[in-house]
Amino acid sequence: MSKQVKAIVIAGNGTNCERETAHAIRLAGAEVVDIVHISELLAGRVLLSDYHFLNLAGGFLDGDDLGSAKAGANRLLHAPVAGSGDHLSDHLRQFIADGKLIMGVCNGFQLMVKMGLLPALDGELRQSATLTFNDNGRFEDRWVYLKTDPNSPCVFTRGLDGIYLPVRHGEGKLVAESDQVLKDIEAKNLSVLKYSTADFAPTMEYPANPNGSAAAIAGLCDESGRLFGLMPHPEAYVHRTQHPRWTREEDLPEEGMGLWLYQNAVKFIREELL
Amino acid sequence: MAWRIEVGLKKGVRDARGERVRREIAEHLGIHLEGVRTIDVYTVDAELTAEQIEAAASGPFSDPVIQQVAIDRPLASDFDMLVEVGYRPGVTDNVGRTAGEALQYLTGRELVADEGVYTSVQYLLKGQLDRTVTERIASGFLGNGLIQRWEIISSSEFDHSKGVPVSVPKVVSTAEPKVQQIDLAVADEELLRISRDGVLALNLEEMQEIQRFAADPATSAERAKVGLGASLTDVELEALAQTWSEHCKHKIFAANIEYDDGQGNSETIDSLFKTYIVGATRTIREAMGDKDICLSVFKDNAGVIRFNNEWSLVFKVETHNSPSALDPYGGALTGIVGVNRDPFGTGMGARLMFNTDVFCFASPFYAHPLPPRLLHPRRIFEGVVEGVEHGGNKSGVPTVNGSIVFDDRFAGKPLVYCGTAALMPLELHGQPGHVKKALAGDRIVMTGGRIGKDGIHGATFSSEELHEGSPVTAVQIGDPITQRRMFDFLLIARDRGLYRSITDNGAGGLSSSVGEMAEDTGGFEMHLDRAPLKYTGLQPWEILISEAQERMTLAVPPEKMAEFIDLAKQMDVEATDLGEFTDSGYYHCLYAGKTVCYLPMDFIHEGVPQLQLKARWEDRGHKEPEVAQPLDMNATLHNLLARLNICSKESVVRRYDHEVQGATVLKPLVGVENDGPADAPMIRPLPDSFEGIVTAHGICPRYSDIDTYHMMACAIDEGLRNYVAVGGNIDHVAGLDNFCWCDPVQSDRTPDGEYKAAQLVRANKALYDYCVAFNVPLVSGKDSMKNDYQIGDTKISIPPTVLFSVIGKTEDIRKGVTMDVKRPGDLVYLLGTTLDELGASEYYDMLGHLGANVPKVDAATALQRYRTLNRAQQEGLIASCHDLSDGGLGVALAEKAFAGGFGIRADLRKVKREEGIREDALLFSESQSRLLVTVRPANQQAFESLFNNQDVSLLGEVTEDQELRIVGLKGEVLVRSTIDDLKEAWQSPLREM
Repeated sequence: MSKQVKAIVIAGNGTNCERETAHAIRLAGAEVVDIVHISELLAGRVLLSDYHFLNLAGGFLDGDDLGSAKAGANRLLHAPVAGSGDHLSDHLRQFIADGKLIMGVCNGFQLMVKMGLLPALDGELRQSATLTFNDNGRFEDRWVYLKTDPNSPCVFTRGLDGIYLPVRHGEGKLVAESDQVLKDIEAKNLSVLKYSTADFAPTMEYPANPNGSAAAIAGLCDESGRLFGLMPHPEAYVHRTQHPRWTREEDLPEEGMGLWLYQNAVKFIREELL
Repeated sequence: MAWRIEVGLKKGVRDARGERVRREIAEHLGIHLEGVRTIDVYTVDAELTAEQIEAAASGPFSDPVIQQVAIDRPLASDFDMLVEVGYRPGVTDNVGRTAGEALQYLTGRELVADEGVYTSVQYLLKGQLDRTVTERIASGFLGNGLIQRWEIISSSEFDHSKGVPVSVPKVVSTAEPKVQQIDLAVADEELLRISRDGVLALNLEEMQEIQRFAADPATSAERAKVGLGASLTDVELEALAQTWSEHCKHKIFAANIEYDDGQGNSETIDSLFKTYIVGATRTIREAMGDKDICLSVFKDNAGVIRFNNEWSLVFKVETHNSPSALDPYGGALTGIVGVNRDPFGTGMGARLMFNTDVFCFASPFYAHPLPPRLLHPRRIFEGVVEGVEHGGNKSGVPTVNGSIVFDDRFAGKPLVYCGTAALMPLELHGQPGHVKKALAGDRIVMTGGRIGKDGIHGATFSSEELHEGSPVTAVQIGDPITQRRMFDFLLIARDRGLYRSITDNGAGGLSSSVGEMAEDTGGFEMHLDRAPLKYTGLQPWEILISEAQERMTLAVPPEKMAEFIDLAKQMDVEATDLGEFTDSGYYHCLYAGKTVCYLPMDFIHEGVPQLQLKARWEDRGHKEPEVAQPLDMNATLHNLLARLNICSKESVVRRYDHEVQGATVLKPLVGVENDGPADAPMIRPLPDSFEGIVTAHGICPRYSDIDTYHMMACAIDEGLRNYVAVGGNIDHVAGLDNFCWCDPVQSDRTPDGEYKAAQLVRANKALYDYCVAFNVPLVSGKDSMKNDYQIGDTKISIPPTVLFSVIGKTEDIRKGVTMDVKRPGDLVYLLGTTLDELGASEYYDMLGHLGANVPKVDAATALQRYRTLNRAQQEGLIASCHDLSDGGLGVALAEKAFAGGFGIRADLRKVKREEGIREDALLFSESQSRLLVTVRPANQQAFESLFNNQDVSLLGEVTEDQELRIVGLKGEVLVRSTIDDLKEAWQSPLREM
């Protein structure tokens, strides 16, 4: 029984995609997938250390009222865990130090970037980039093509060239703190997903690039490749019938492209962490 | 003390919000500015140290990568005019609330009662501006005077060292709680004055009924026992006004109506609701026998039907018209998060699955002068769209279906329909999930948000037309996050069996929720002073009827109280014990231990006198116009595609998350470029099952101008037509009606009330006739009856409008069908017959005519067609299917072609049609129950034999060349256009909205 892949999906305060995220991880083969309300972690009844794979799902944490995921990041950084003297952020740092996996999608990606978990250049957990308002100033739901970086250390995108997923956000434009940060991100192959044309050429053109993100960046990983965040929603394309054109494209496989990311995570955990 | 924290963008960072504001000021007001930049302002009114404020400013309040902060000094520079917009005291400030919570995490201490964070936005305008123009920008776009206030400072007046002075919009009230006695032993005129001045919306008969009740010696004797005098209290009068309001009691639908059909026949109708709506469902359920899908109809917040052996479906659609007229954003936001609580509070509670929304607006390009108090339709459009966007997206509920209907009479009142469906366990703790019952002795518990003055008189205000005295307190702003937290908590409480009954606090607030739930036990005793308030100074009656949002009321058994309250605390949700459900027979409220309201339950719930109405139908002599057929049918088709009621609404659809929860398998935008207009969405609610849900709707207010009977019939058919087009099972579907009417009560202000009432009667007759004919039970609905604007001599009444929504099942989502043509060579069939029915069509409207030949529905033929189509879909014979509605065959052919990315060749000579019908009528008639399908040649025989003996026309085929070519009755080419041109005509009108 000890050889189980265990994943946790945190919920509460405006997380919206916890159920479909858990479903995707189960489909990918994880044996234990728990949706845990944040109050359970803060009460100390559930421990992060019992899991291999932490998922920060999409949604609108605290309504994104102070800017996307800002209030949520503040909570994770400052909230104490009852009865331990620890803060939740201490548990999170230990989780990372243990070589485990974290994946943030959309609001979860915004949360990771604003907590400094991504890109975390040189392993320093300090905010050096942000995700802000789309260039057109609006929330949009549309499907986008994404080119992956074959040279990236990212464990989630191993073996993939390009994928097709929906974006559903108003604040998805990546801005780096400085040109140097952007250069380092590119030099270290951390910009693992880029908005692309249908033939997978990265683009700055709207609407293929829906938000004007710097260097067309749609997803980032850290240098270990184990921390990964992206604006598009992989959990929204795990079945054929979630594709917007499944009624006309007859050769679509039963499995959706988003599932591949979760399958890579489960495979990595089985091979490296169990 | 109060601190002022300003957060602005660093130099060189693009201000996307400012750019959008600049663009929209130009579009809305025609004022072209050189630039707009924005600054967020947090006014923190709390005892904190400078270090704590510094930590908040550089921590949760700002983004270090792109923003800079300043504390108690201004960031503004390089502007001509500065406008700072903040909320008025007491208006919900969601960002302020979140900022306050962030401070608590940061400092480790809770803010105390008098402390708070208030937000405002500073707009730095550059351009040729004086104070008058700036005031126009502030009042016409940046702020809404009902809920916001603003300050305008020119660059020369601006103090660059101090900036905008600190101001704290705290509610300061020194009012002591006080209960007024109201003497009703007065003349009729005075009774009416009391009703009018108090926004009670009670008519003379109703006031007299209350007067008689108060004067009854038996009443006084009972009142004396609880220490009340003979006069009613303001709390009692308000409770009665709320419970008896049109909004809550549906007095017009319950009225006794004398109906004269204008041809010498008259009849008496005792309640439209009971006769036609409940009556139709009763008839259908009896006929369905053990195939009956209804589980709970009309009695709860939403209707419930069976889905499968484990789950049921809950559905409700509401309107939020009057608040949206005053504050489009707040009104619409409250509309969507408000209707979310209906399915959530049905039965023992249900998980929300999807939203639908339908808006009726005047043209956003409306160019006539507007009467007082009306906002420009473009502003209403933008505000409503954004309100529903925030409400739906932030709540994590996908918006899967909708429409926008344009008619300039909606300038008087926009219609904002919001619907929500939810999934409920068929059984819960061994009981049916849709059944609930409070028991005497259960505690009255309110959860969620706090009570403020927001939404006071919402129920009574929306029971009147919009007039000078319409109260501003009726406007509320929803808070999706507080509600989401409450829902997360309540679903766990439900699954642990911690409560016995649940309902939402909507119109009428506690008065309505507790009053209605107490009908289970026959009474209650509630302590109004125990209710948590947003600020002090509320009067007892205000606490009772406030419609402050995000609240649910529950009946919690005493032995579960501790566990319930504990769980709430852990999950950061406020839950308060307000009293007890009793079997005393009394609606009993106390304040600080003293009785302030003591009314017999049967009087408050059953005492309202039945309204007596007269309805008289008249023939208005509509005639068909004499118009020549257009010479250029190509141009006519392009013009129709660009009509507001036909053109693409993609710019709005994309602003709604339509696939959160991962269940939307047929999306609102379909086709080769994901931009074709879907007929209906399909949802797969359970990822381990292929069963699906289909929802759709019909709405056609234009037809009301000829005959509301046929308007209603067409709305029902349109809803079902869209539903079956994608694969919804016609034998497993339920309907839901939302009536929005103009005042149908004859009076000096409404001299044509009898005709409007007759329109209402006729619509109800059709509702009964066609629901029974189609075998579609009605499970819930709502009516909004006073959609008029009346100030001075100006009266604008909306066209009588019914939204008919349907929800039902499909056994296998993999059989779902979309509207886009799929491949060249496929055969194009038209199902149904085309008649000369251009009356009130988009085509006639474009030519400036109404006509007389309104479309009529032949239900028996349609039902057979829909059943056969279902079979063809199950057998995989249908490659694409699209319903014909506004703009008829011509528009449907164009949409199918450009959505699929191929051409179509069609021949009008093949169309099954009425003898002598002209080509323009063939192309643009809106005859009902018609669908356009494409079929692979290999399936031709199977398809044709299924539809043997039905009206089916093989019109032509899908072509590789990207051209729509329609051949006319003489064999000539009537329409020839590339699909790109057609698509451009269809996409361009609202592309930038």
